[in-house]
Amino acid sequence: MMDALFFYFFAALVLGGAIFTVTRRNAVHSAISLIVSLIGVAGLYLLQQAEFLFAVQIVLYVGGIMVLFLFVIMLVNLDQAAKQRQFNRQWWIALVCVAAVGVEIAYFVRKGAGSFHVPQAPPGPVAATAAAGNTEQIATMLFSQYLLPFEIASVLLLVAVVGSVVMAKKRI
Amino acid sequence: MGPVTTTHYVALSAALLLIGTIGVLTRRNIVIVLMSIELILNAVNINLIAFSHSFGDVNGQIFAIFVITDAVAEAAVGLGILIALFRNKETVLADEVDLLKW
Repeated sequence: MMDALFFYFFAALVLGGAIFTVTRRNAVHSAISLIVSLIGVAGLYLLQQAEFLFAVQIVLYVGGIMVLFLFVIMLVNLDQAAKQRQFNRQWWIALVCVAAVGVEIAYFVRKGAGSFHVPQAPPGPVAATAAAGNTEQIATMLFSQYLLPFEIASVLLLVAVVGSVVMAKKRI
Repeated sequence: MGPVTTTHYVALSAALLLIGTIGVLTRRNIVIVLMSIELILNAVNINLIAFSHSFGDVNGQIFAIFVITDAVAEAAVGLGILIALFRNKETVLADEVDLLKW
C-alpha cells in the first residue's frame, strides 16, 4: 500500500516534470522541471532497492549534468530564442508518428504483461548475495565480470572531455 | 490501488520515452532537445532497474551505470558543440543550422 502510494507520487513527479520540460518557453524553467523529473526517477530507484544508483542519480544528474546545463543556458544568450516560435513546422507529423509508436507500445505492453512477472529465483544464491549490500554487489560485478566495458567507458569519458574542450575552445 | 508490478514501471518508462521523443522531434531550441535526450535515457534506466528488481539480479543496474556514463559524455559534447555553434552562428535554434542543406 505504502509502496503504491510512493510509486504514484514519484511517477507524477517524473511525468509532470517531463511534460513541463518539453513545453516550457524559458529554458531555465525547462531545466528546473527536468531536475524535478530526475529526482522522481531517483525516488523510483530507491523504491526498487537500487540504492547505489539512487545516489549516483542525485549526485551525477542533479548535481553534475543539470549544473552544466544551467551554466550553458547562462553562457548562451537565449532571450532571442525565447521570443521566437518554439516548435518545428513539422510538429504535427512528429506528434502523429509518436502517437502511432505509443499505440504500438501500449498494445505490446498490454499483451506481454503476463510474462513480466518472473517467479522469484530459488533462495540459495540470491539470499547469499542479498546479504552483501547493493553497492558491494555492483562493485563486485563491475570490477570482475564487467571490467572491460568499465575500462572502455573510462576511455569514452576521456574522449568526451577532450572533445568538449576542443569544441568550446575559441582557437585550438 | 493494486500492488505495483513491473508492468507499471514499464508503462511509466514508455510514457517518459514518448514525452522525450516528442521533445526531440518538435522543439527548436537545442538546449531543450538535449534535455529531452536525457529524459529518453532516464526512461531506459527505469526499465533496466525495474527488470533488475524483478529478476533479483544486479546486471541491470550495471547497465544503468553505463547508460548514465553515456548520458554524461553526450551532454558534455553536445553542450560543447552548442557553445561553438552559438559563437559562430549566433543561434540556438535547430532549424536555423542549415549549412549542409542544399
